[in-house]
Amino acid sequence: MKFFLPLEEVREEDRLRVGGKAFALARLHLKGIRVPTTFCIPCEVFEAYLSRTRLRDRILLEINRKAFDQMRWEELWDVSLRVRNFFLTTPLPGEILEPLAAEVEEYCGERPFAVRSSAPGEDDEQTSFAGLHESFLNVRGADSVLKHVKLVWASLYSDAALLYRKELQLDISTSSMAVIVQELIPAERSGVFFGIDPSNSAQSVLESVYGLNQGLVDGDIEPDRWMLDRASGKILSHQKARREQYAVPDKEGVSFKDLPQDRRSSPPVNEAEIGEVWKTGREIEALAHRPQDMEWCYQEGRLVVLQSRAVTSSGFKDTDDKRPWYLSLHRSYENLNKLHDRIENQLIPEMVLDAEKMRQTRLGELSAAALAREIEKRQEITDRWNRVYWAEFIPFAHGIRLFGQLYNDAVRPEDPYEFMRLLEKTNLKSLERNRLLEELARRVQEDAALKKVLAGGEQAPPDSPFGKLLQEFVSRFGDLACQTSGAGECRQGSDAVVRLVLEYARKPSPPPQEGRSDVRELEERFLQGFSDEKKAFAKDILRLGRASYRLRDDDNIHLGRIESGLFEAVREARSRLSDPGELPEDLEKLSSLPALARDQDSSEASKKAVPPRSQAPWIQARQVVGQPAGPGIARGRARVVTRPEDLLDFKQGEVLICKAVDPNMTFVVPLAAAVVEERGGMLIHGAIIAREYGLPCVTGAPDITGLVQTGDLVTVDGFLGIVTRDAGESEME
Amino acid sequence: METSGHAWDAIETLLTSEALGVLSTEKKGRPYASLVAVAASDDFKHLLFATPRTTRKYGNLTANPWVALLVNNSRNLAQDIYGALSVTALGTAETLEGSDREALLEIYLKRHPHLKSFAGAPTNALVRVDVERYILVSRFQNVTEVEVVP
Repeated sequence: MKFFLPLEEVREEDRLRVGGKAFALARLHLKGIRVPTTFCIPCEVFEAYLSRTRLRDRILLEINRKAFDQMRWEELWDVSLRVRNFFLTTPLPGEILEPLAAEVEEYCGERPFAVRSSAPGEDDEQTSFAGLHESFLNVRGADSVLKHVKLVWASLYSDAALLYRKELQLDISTSSMAVIVQELIPAERSGVFFGIDPSNSAQSVLESVYGLNQGLVDGDIEPDRWMLDRASGKILSHQKARREQYAVPDKEGVSFKDLPQDRRSSPPVNEAEIGEVWKTGREIEALAHRPQDMEWCYQEGRLVVLQSRAVTSSGFKDTDDKRPWYLSLHRSYENLNKLHDRIENQLIPEMVLDAEKMRQTRLGELSAAALAREIEKRQEITDRWNRVYWAEFIPFAHGIRLFGQLYNDAVRPEDPYEFMRLLEKTNLKSLERNRLLEELARRVQEDAALKKVLAGGEQAPPDSPFGKLLQEFVSRFGDLACQTSGAGECRQGSDAVVRLVLEYARKPSPPPQEGRSDVRELEERFLQGFSDEKKAFAKDILRLGRASYRLRDDDNIHLGRIESGLFEAVREARSRLSDPGELPEDLEKLSSLPALARDQDSSEASKKAVPPRSQAPWIQARQVVGQPAGPGIARGRARVVTRPEDLLDFKQGEVLICKAVDPNMTFVVPLAAAVVEERGGMLIHGAIIAREYGLPCVTGAPDITGLVQTGDLVTVDGFLGIVTRDAGESEME
Repeated sequence: METSGHAWDAIETLLTSEALGVLSTEKKGRPYASLVAVAASDDFKHLLFATPRTTRKYGNLTANPWVALLVNNSRNLAQDIYGALSVTALGTAETLEGSDREALLEIYLKRHPHLKSFAGAPTNALVRVDVERYILVSRFQNVTEVEVVP
C-alpha cells in the first residue's frame, strides 16, 4: 500500500482513491498551473485504519442508532461529536503509523503544511462538498500532521456532511476519504474567484484580502470585491472593504493581526493581477468544463492556485428540512466574541428593560383605546424579540460546540461530553427562579399554619414574609402558567405559583451538591493541552462556552417575560370584552385586535396538539431508545405534558415526559425523578437543566408523548438513553 | 420506534420471510433452546413447527406448554446490531391431531415443501403455538409489544 503519494504520481485511474481535490490539483499541475507542493494520503489508508481498528462498525452503530429522518440537527451534531471522539481516541495501528510517519517526516520535516480533505466525489462536476469537511492550516511535524489527518477523516461524518450525503443519496456506510497534505504558502495576499456569479450568469466575482485566505473563507475578514464581465474579465464594479486585519500563520494555526496603516488605503490586488486571476480561472474552466470556485494567493508576486472546484448551487433546494439552516450556523471565534458582546451588553439589558416597562404599566387603569394601543405595542416588541432570538441568540449557542470541540481535541476524553461539566453550575436564570421557589417551599415546610392556609385555597397575608416573597417571585418571574409558549389560558396571579410551592414543600431535602474540585481539575487538564502562548485563547473559549451555555437558557427566560407581558394585556382585553359596562365602540376596538384572534388560535392549537391515542390499544411500546443526555436511572409515574396547563398538575417524584422542554417550563424539573423529551440532543434545555439537578435524562425519544400515558410506570436509563414502560398488570404470568 | 401499524407490518414480514426460529422450552426450571422451521397461520395468531416426539424440546413442551419462539433476520454482520429485526412470540404449544393436523400441515408444507417426508412421518408431531403476545425489537433496543386477541 502506498501511504503518501506526491501529486506528480497521481494518474487518471487514481481519481477515486485520491479524491476530487487531489485529482483536480494534479490535473492543474500537469497543465503547468502553479500549485503548492502537495502529497496525498489515499482512501485505502483510511479504509485500512477503519477496518483494522473496527472503527467502521462503531461509527455505523452510532449513526444508525436512530432513523436518520427522525434526528434533529442537535442530534446530528451529537452523532458527529461522538464519532469525532472515536477518531481522537483510537490510535493508528503500528503497521499504518510507522510507514506513514516515516514518509511524513521525510517529505514535510518541520515545515508548515495544510491538511485538507479530498473525498471521492468531492468537488467533481455534480457535487461540491465545499465547507463540509475540515481543513487545518499551519500544521508542523509528523505527530501533528497525523493527528490532523485523523480529524479530517472524522469530518467525513461531520453533522453537515451526514446531512448532505443523505440529500445526495450517497451511502454513508461506504463513504471514504483521502487527505491532502499541502505546503502552507505564507501568502501576502489571497482570495477566492467565482467563475460565475450565482445571481448573474454574465458576471464573475473576485474577492481578496491581505494575508491568508482563512479570514475570508470563515467570514471574519471583510474582503474587497470586484464584479467582472465573465467573458472579457473587464472590471464592472469594485466594492471596497474596511481593511483592518489580516490572517497570518502563527506558531500553530492562524491568528489575526492589525493591518499596517500603509496597506489599508490600497486594495490587496491591482488591475493586472485581477486580470491574471480571471484568466487562470478561465483556463481551469476550460479544463474542467465548468465555471470554477477557485482559492488562490500571491507569493513573491506569483499567482498560486490553492484549490479549485466547480461552482455548484446549494444541495438543499425546495425543501422544508430546516436542518441545513441550523447546520450553517457554525460560527468562528471572532464572530462569536462579537455576538457575545452584543447579546450580553446590549440585547439582554434591552429585553430586561422592555419587560420591566410592561410590568410597570397598570393595565387595569388604561382606557379601552389605550389598552388596544398597548397590546399592539407589546405585540411589536414580542415579534421583534422573537426575530432577535432566531437571528442572534440561537447562533450564539454554538459557543458551546466550539468549546466542546476544542476541549476534546486537547484532552481526548473517553466521554465526549466531559466538557459539559466545565459549563454547568453557571447561575442560570431558571435555577435562580427555582431556588426562590425552594425558599418559598422551605417556609411552608417550617410553618404548619401557613401550610394549612395555603392548602385550603386561601391566600397568605400580602404583608407576611411569605406573602412578600411570593410577590417578589411573581414580579421577577411572572405567572408561570402564562409564560409557557402556546399558553392560551393563563391561571390568574399567584395561584399557580402557590400550588407549585406546596408541591415543592412535599419534596425531601436535596442531597448536598458535589464539590467543584473535580471541575478545577478538568479545567487544569484542558489548559495543559495548550502551549503557554495559546493558554489565554483556550481560557477565552472556555469563557465563551460558559456564556453561551448560560445565555442559551437565560435568553428564553427573558423572552418568556416579554411574552408573558403580551399575554397579560390580552387577558385584560378579554376580561373587558365580557364586561357589560364597556361601551360598544370600545369593545369593537379590542375585539378587532389581531393579538386576541391569534391568542385564541394558539389556545385552539394547544388543545389540538394533544396526540391521538393509538388506534390499536393492544400494541404498546415496551422500550423506546433515545439519546442518553443525563446519567442516572430512575423509576416513577409518567406525567405527559402536552399543554402548559399540564405542568401545574405535576407531582413530586413523577417522570416529566414532553415533546420539548422550554426553559419557561423547567420550574417542574426539581420535582421530577427524570426527564424524557422527544426533541433530541445533549445541549437542549431539558438536558441542561436535568444535568444541573443530577437527574437521569433521555432526549430524542421518538413519539414518546404518544406512546406513554400519564400514570404509566416508567424507568428512565440515562446512561443508555432507554425509556422502559412497565408492562404492569398485562404482564404474562 | 415502530408505530403500531409499522410494528404489525414488520412482524408479518419477518414471519413470512424467515424460515427458521429459535424455540425456547423449559422443564423443571431448566431452559432449552433449539432451532425449528416455522410457519405462521394466515392471521398470524398461530405459529407452527414440526418435531420428532423423541426430542428434548418435545419432552419439555409436553411437561410445560409455555414457550417462546424467536425469529429474526440477522445475517451475522456487525450491522445486524442496528439493522436486524427480531420478533419473539410468547404463547402455549399444543400438539395437533386429526383433522386439525391435516389442515395445518398443508399450511406448514406450503411454507416448507422440502420438509414433506420429515413432517409427515408418524413419529413426528406438528405443534401449534397459540401466540398471546409478540415482542418486536428494532434498531437494537426499540421494543414494541403486540398483544394477540385470540
